[in-house]
Amino acid sequence: MSGNFKIRAFIVLGCLVLALAALGPTLLGNSTPDWWQKAFDPIHLGLDLQGGMHLVLGVDVDKAVESRLDTIADQAEELLREKDIIFKRVDREAGERLVVTVYDEEAGRQVDALITEMFPDLEPLTLVTDGAYILKNFRLSDREIAAVEEYAVRQALETLRNRVDQFGVSEPVLQRQADNRILIQLPGVKDPERAIDLLGKTALLEFKMVVEDANPQEALKGNLPPGAQVLYERNIDPRTGAVTENPIVVESKTVLTGDLLADANVRISNQFNEPYVSIDFNAVGAKRFDQITAANVGNRMAIVLDDTVYSAPVIRERISGGSAQISGSFTEQEATDLAIVLRAGSLPAPVNILENRTVGPSLGQDSINKGIYSVLIGGVLVILAMLAYYRLSGLVANTVLILNLVFIMAMLSIFKATLTLPGIAGIVLTVGMAVDANVLIFERIREELRIGRTAKAALDAGYSKAFLTIIDANVTTLIAALVLFQFGTGPVKGFAVTLTVGILASLFTAIFVSRLIFDFFLRRGQVNRLSI
Amino acid sequence: MQLIKPDINLDFVGKRKLAAIFSVALILIGLASLVIKGGPNYGIDFEGGSLVQVQFGRDTDAGEIKTALEGLNLGSFVVQHFGDEPNEFLIRIQDTGSGKTMAQSITANLEATYGEGQVDVRRVEMVGPQVGKDLRQKGLLAILYAMIGILAYVTWRFEFRFAIGAIVALVHDVLITLGVFSLFGKEIDLPIIAAFLAIIGYSLNDTIIVYDRIRENFGKHQKTGFLTVVNRSINETLSRTVLTSGTTLLVVLSLFIFGGGVIHNFAFALLVGIMIGTYSSIFVASPVLIFWEDYRSGKKKLAKEGGAA
Repeated sequence: MSGNFKIRAFIVLGCLVLALAALGPTLLGNSTPDWWQKAFDPIHLGLDLQGGMHLVLGVDVDKAVESRLDTIADQAEELLREKDIIFKRVDREAGERLVVTVYDEEAGRQVDALITEMFPDLEPLTLVTDGAYILKNFRLSDREIAAVEEYAVRQALETLRNRVDQFGVSEPVLQRQADNRILIQLPGVKDPERAIDLLGKTALLEFKMVVEDANPQEALKGNLPPGAQVLYERNIDPRTGAVTENPIVVESKTVLTGDLLADANVRISNQFNEPYVSIDFNAVGAKRFDQITAANVGNRMAIVLDDTVYSAPVIRERISGGSAQISGSFTEQEATDLAIVLRAGSLPAPVNILENRTVGPSLGQDSINKGIYSVLIGGVLVILAMLAYYRLSGLVANTVLILNLVFIMAMLSIFKATLTLPGIAGIVLTVGMAVDANVLIFERIREELRIGRTAKAALDAGYSKAFLTIIDANVTTLIAALVLFQFGTGPVKGFAVTLTVGILASLFTAIFVSRLIFDFFLRRGQVNRLSI
Repeated sequence: MQLIKPDINLDFVGKRKLAAIFSVALILIGLASLVIKGGPNYGIDFEGGSLVQVQFGRDTDAGEIKTALEGLNLGSFVVQHFGDEPNEFLIRIQDTGSGKTMAQSITANLEATYGEGQVDVRRVEMVGPQVGKDLRQKGLLAILYAMIGILAYVTWRFEFRFAIGAIVALVHDVLITLGVFSLFGKEIDLPIIAAFLAIIGYSLNDTIIVYDRIRENFGKHQKTGFLTVVNRSINETLSRTVLTSGTTLLVVLSLFIFGGGVIHNFAFALLVGIMIGTYSSIFVASPVLIFWEDYRSGKKKLAKEGGAA
């Protein structure tokens, strides 16, 4: 028995030392030596306690599929022309379809042959005739749609990670979730509005030629020249800061896109002392830019970002250096952010903010204070109640209760779990429930004493009889906590974590440690009376 | 110290019909409130919408805030006190539009009324309708899964009839807590689901301890009637039930009073749930065993008579 006692005492002391070691960096802060801080992280606080931003972005994958089809349509058109196949038009239509309109069946057969050869991802659908024309319908295969969607989400995650990295937040979290969603957590972010701006922007940079002979007002009424679209040009009055938007007619076809960029930087123009963004194309982009400018001298080229025209300068001469500038009366902040998103690359599809939870640091600190306060008050009340009810044995229960709290905190630190406000509530709850195990044991011991057992026998019987009850009762709570853990996000998960950890810690302290303390006192002398 | 005398023998089981009436009445009142109010009062987590928490430099009231926000075209919105701070408010807006511009324009409008630097936006939450729907579904599933898991465990450790009793008690607890929430007009959001699961766990904790004693006493006193065994078991564990519920209530009460506005509703749910859970482990879970037994023996008798005829 005494050898057994020593082993148990050793285990408990070992756990205590480990727990205190793990809590060092949390309690003592930066005054702990480096090696210590490296071994154990301070307890990680959730966004609701330290302040920060929790965003869920949905990637609009349908748009990615549409733009894939647009690309295919462009390529198909070009190939058909190259092969001298006579066709009227190539359109993208709803239901992931591509429709080639031809005049006769001979051309239809040629289209079929070409599409089958060059675009294996397109599946032919039934042929429809429309008056004198034949409409050849093709549908993007499910496999290709899935692949495009998958790529869009992965690419979006990559791009967002680049942007977050440049934004400068410590320990950001970016995670892919089901249903094409991306979770982003930015702890302690100072300017949440700017973060949303930066992350939510598609940053699709396009260059389109302006249709000079079209009247924007007529176009708005629906008299659009074929292959053209109306966009709005953004103008900011430098003195008043008022934003005006003027319609401008451009060709639908994009001549160059931002994915050929090599770099983007903020510069200040000498002339107006205004910030602008200077962009440099990579080799391919530079060559394309060179060709386009050479072919369009004297015309205007619209610089379009996310369907807004920032400027539409006249091409005065062929530009072969591969660099251009986007000016558009920016503030310095806007220009910086624009450079960041251009460098980080555009999102393959637009993203929508599906969920946004932002907690300011002052509220977080309030929550921490109030949480600690309520744990302390609740704890003291329970300690007093146990002392009054069970006297010296209550003292044993209280000792283990405090140990229990130490172990919970230590486990949070060791498992790098996140402490949230509901998590603190979970700790409060476990404090209440942790004494339950001891109450069960003590009530049993009282019962055994009442039927006339000796102190030692009553203690043995009390512990062994209560043991299974305690296990059964706690496993069920554990089941609830585990389900919660699976389902929960953020704060709720924090509750599940502390509840789980709390149950485990209370089982250990209430059954194992409290027994050890009793044994310590009963071991030597013949104790005949238990103070219970 | 002893609150409960060791030889206490209250007739809990004899009051089972009365208790059943009481429980059913509570549930019906809750359900009626739910029906009248057109379902649970979901927070933005489950319904979608936006929430802005603002602290002002001086005390103010909801009317003044509403007036300040009038020109904004926010659609329908509600202004309510946060916790019991006289200068802190929650503005809940149905619209989920763009969280960014909304928070900005709200700040701008409030500053126009209250003065620059007097308005501190402490929290902004926006949940899109789709996410809200997903969360609602997930929350219901979580409660369902927890119940199934518990049913399986109790069936394994005890018997099926005990599991039935436990689940009836759980559904009872959750329904009543839901009803109380509806009666008090409190919002149900994500942390409340966590509170419900904690209630389920806690109530079960209590129930299992009584059941455990019933099982033990059943083995010891096989000659005694089932009813007596159940009643005796409840009495024997009464001291523990009272003490544990008492200590747990103490801490939850402290959370409710001192925990601050963010978890006020959460603590409220726990408070209600723990009281109901304690009641149900005595007056619902155990009597269900008896009702179940009566029902079974009644069926057996019927079957026997049928066979004899």
